[in-house]
Amino acid sequence: MAGATVPRRLGERLRWRAARLTERVTETGTARTLVFDVPGWPGHLAGQHVDVRLTAEDGYSTQRSYSLASAPDGESVALTVQRLEDGEVSPYLTDELAVGDLVELRGPVGGWFVWRTEQKEPILLVGGGSGLVPLMAMIRTRRAVSDRTPFRLLYSVRSPDDQLYTAELRRDDPGLDKTYLYTRSTPEHWPRPPGHVTASDLSTGGWPPDFEPTCYVCGSTGFVETAAGLLVALGHHPGRIRTERFGPSA
Amino acid sequence: MPIISRGFHGRARDPRHRLPPGQYETNGFPVLSTGPTPAVHLDQWEFTIRTETGARHSWDWTQFLALPDETPTVDLHCVTKWSKFDTDWQGVSLDVLLEDVETNADYALVRSYGDYTTNMPLEDLVDGQAWIAYRYDGEELDPEHGGPARLLIPHLYFWKSAKWVRGIQLLMEEERGFWETYGYHDYGDPWREQRYQGD
Repeated sequence: MAGATVPRRLGERLRWRAARLTERVTETGTARTLVFDVPGWPGHLAGQHVDVRLTAEDGYSTQRSYSLASAPDGESVALTVQRLEDGEVSPYLTDELAVGDLVELRGPVGGWFVWRTEQKEPILLVGGGSGLVPLMAMIRTRRAVSDRTPFRLLYSVRSPDDQLYTAELRRDDPGLDKTYLYTRSTPEHWPRPPGHVTASDLSTGGWPPDFEPTCYVCGSTGFVETAAGLLVALGHHPGRIRTERFGPSA
Repeated sequence: MPIISRGFHGRARDPRHRLPPGQYETNGFPVLSTGPTPAVHLDQWEFTIRTETGARHSWDWTQFLALPDETPTVDLHCVTKWSKFDTDWQGVSLDVLLEDVETNADYALVRSYGDYTTNMPLEDLVDGQAWIAYRYDGEELDPEHGGPARLLIPHLYFWKSAKWVRGIQLLMEEERGFWETYGYHDYGDPWREQRYQGD
């Protein structure tokens, strides 16, 4: 293919590596964080993802993409996987893969839906359900390097039981404001009735458009369409809204 | 040698053997895009082919709909690993649009409303391989799937099938589009698993 020169570093990133599961953390009834040891991991930016490849004994092989949940941390890499009932890969990863088992992994991949510590503008993170995962990598990276960029997080989730990283997000993170929206059922005495994200949620919990924040929106297609559309209607420039959709891919 | 994942069996294999390596079949129609869905108004819509000499060929929506259409049924393969079989489209073949265009270009850069771009060799757009599609499954194309019109180039990974398409620039030298500058493959053949630069 003409023009396709191979930068060395990129080629290195795209090599499949053996990843050994070192830890499994129960996040919710259906979500697990899987921590892998990946010898030779080149490091990553917050918001990037990896490809995971599973191969059956008969040689059948399939791949999925998962967002990185962790801040860069040597050769340790964490993914949070939501189990889909009719999934081919996610139930295997959440329920069957045992500590010590190997999968193949390559990456990091993606250079658009990322937050870099050099960015100085305010940041709005809008996550729906497991769409919180790459946003959490941004929050963790900011904390790991003691960055003071003002962050605001809007996290929309079905019910308190479906919330990811609850204890960690309860901790005080100076400069990170958090707003939780529940779509089906709320904690007791919660002031906002259950419902999907609205313009008023995004205007109260977000930044005024003239602050020129970069907005990262991640979740299901419906959630991203709604939230990104509302942000544009509120006056945010489409060029400052970056989206990532978690398809109904099983 | 790939590592065998202990206890992993996978789904029943597709009996039609039409899945490129690393892909799985979906019956849904997932959406991938980088930002908000742009609002494209039909009375302002225009599709333009611009050659390496600067010559322009353009069609407004009414002129575009008056062109002869085709109804291809094709398989889609997305770099995010899903494949969807037997999708039904209606659109104008690029052979029709390029018929009167004089060019020596080898490359194309496709441009969209919302500033998305993607690149491919010009020869991949001709010979019945690509369409500007405006209907999907018998309905007007949804904005989230690229409506009013998108490129359909099913023999390449689906990010090459630019949504909200507004034109094609013909180039003597290859110029990379949006995902390609972020490390995705210049060609993107699903059967050779060309996901990223270097694959």
